[in-house]
Amino acid sequence: MTFFAVENLSMTFGGLKALDNVSFEIVKGEIFAIIGPNGAGKTTLFNCINGIYPPSGGSVIFKDKPIRGIKPDKVAKAGIARTFQNIELFSNMNTMENIMLGRHLFMKTGLFRGGLMWGRNSFAGKEEADNRKKVEEIIELLELQTFRNKFVGALPYGIQKKIELGRALAAEPELLLLDEPCAGMNAEEKQDVVFWIKDIQDELGITILLIEHDMNMVMDISDRILTLNFGKPIAMGYPEEVSSHPEVLKAYLGVEDGEDAQIH
Amino acid sequence: MKRDYYGDVKLFSSGVTLFWFAALIIFLLLYPFLFENYYVYMANYIAINIIVVVGLNLLVGYTGQISLGHAGFFAIGAYGTIVLMTLASFPFLLALICAGLIAAGFGFLLGLPALRLEGPYLAIATLGFGLTLTTVIGRIDMLGGRQGLHAPDLVIMGHHLTTDRQFYYLAMIITVLLVIIARNITKTKVGRAFVAIRDAHIAAETMGVNLVLYKTLAFALSAFYAGVAGGLFAFVLRFIEPELFGFFLSIFFLTMAVAGGLGTVMGPIAGAILLSFLDLELRNILNIPYVGDWLRQLSTSHFSLTGVSNIQFIVFGTILILIMLFEPLGLYGLWIRMKKYWKTWPF
Repeated sequence: MTFFAVENLSMTFGGLKALDNVSFEIVKGEIFAIIGPNGAGKTTLFNCINGIYPPSGGSVIFKDKPIRGIKPDKVAKAGIARTFQNIELFSNMNTMENIMLGRHLFMKTGLFRGGLMWGRNSFAGKEEADNRKKVEEIIELLELQTFRNKFVGALPYGIQKKIELGRALAAEPELLLLDEPCAGMNAEEKQDVVFWIKDIQDELGITILLIEHDMNMVMDISDRILTLNFGKPIAMGYPEEVSSHPEVLKAYLGVEDGEDAQIH
Repeated sequence: MKRDYYGDVKLFSSGVTLFWFAALIIFLLLYPFLFENYYVYMANYIAINIIVVVGLNLLVGYTGQISLGHAGFFAIGAYGTIVLMTLASFPFLLALICAGLIAAGFGFLLGLPALRLEGPYLAIATLGFGLTLTTVIGRIDMLGGRQGLHAPDLVIMGHHLTTDRQFYYLAMIITVLLVIIARNITKTKVGRAFVAIRDAHIAAETMGVNLVLYKTLAFALSAFYAGVAGGLFAFVLRFIEPELFGFFLSIFFLTMAVAGGLGTVMGPIAGAILLSFLDLELRNILNIPYVGDWLRQLSTSHFSLTGVSNIQFIVFGTILILIMLFEPLGLYGLWIRMKKYWKTWPF
């Protein structure tokens, strides 16, 4: 069974090939990282997987089913959740409600049962309370208790990133796409994120597809790494292999062939 | 710490809110005994505007989609109710709900272009809908054409409601019910999805919110509110004609929502009360001693007489500009500021 695979995926914007025949496969339970310089097509790849962009060629398989070209909400329903590089939170909701939206797919309250919510024993009241309890567990896991009832728009950047992670977790995905979870964080916050990502993998059994620029972190937590440059895959393999791959060194450090260098 | 999770969405978050709600209900019950006929009529008029604006707020305030065509839904509700009662001899409440549902159907259709249009383009599309609708109604003989329609007798469970006082309780029950339903919707799944679409629609979609479904749902729901209000309006005036549902009415609804505070529950209600009151009162401004004469003189010497007889439009425009400049959250924002001021007074 294929858990998740991208096959010959291409995406062009006008004449620009943002993705050029990208193929890789993710095994259930691993942390798979995508690295590459700015403009390498990493986020475009995420957007294609998510259904935000329609890819111009190739296919995306999730749990043996093709998901290329289906709408983002259907992708979410299939079991893929994501976070964004530039935070996409609902800035006029508080932390609790933001993460509650992650429970959207699990809730059945519609217009009628919601509108006529009458007391805690009504269907809507019960469902609301049950899901809030679930969200509270995530809030505790990510240590967001202090911000529970604060509007997220005014919260610090690092906290917002965590809330976004929490929202994605609330959807109980099988595959989690993290777009630069550490961007703009200090060393301590980064360590926390690394710790949580490990936790999410180990305890919740969620497979993770990760984009990150911090090489130390990528080398530290990833099981396998794919490197993109100008939309083309240039190297894929275990961290040790990738970090010493000559093409990767060239793309990242501008090292010419034959020079001695290593990524750290 | 043990938390009561239902407490977050409870209708009455504390005893104090419950007390004020009870006080409001008692006041509403006694209102017709305390005030003269004209003010009972005014209360009915206000209640109808509250229904429209609460519905409009679900669309504009919560979902972030503009509509300049709500007078159209209002007209569909008014005409629908009367036609269903006279031609299909539906009882009033059934006709009212059906007319609301017809308006919701049109709302759904208007929601379809909203999937591709944003901001000013959506405003133009909805504006076109409102303008077209009144023109079309004016040309259909079955709907009375330009001559308009008279409302039939209003009978509910054997009771004839002929006066404003009798109509008052019906209007109030429907209004309170619809406001509570709207409030509950905003606190549960559907309302959260609406706000999510407004704040970050891409993120909402990737979390599983079906944009097509929820955007059209917001339009349909909002149109339903406007339709029900329109049905009630037909029986407040007892006579309707296409001219009543012109472009200005749509703007008026939107102004009430904005003046009250978009995206809040209480704001639009406050806005509807204030602006409906001004709308009715300012029509009589020329009858006020001294001020009325002075305004008439000012108007005839510098402008035209129609200028001062339409003074409510000037006042609404001024209110809208002031709100935009000083308090984008409207009356609700003012209320929050006042509360803060008193809490921290004298510092």
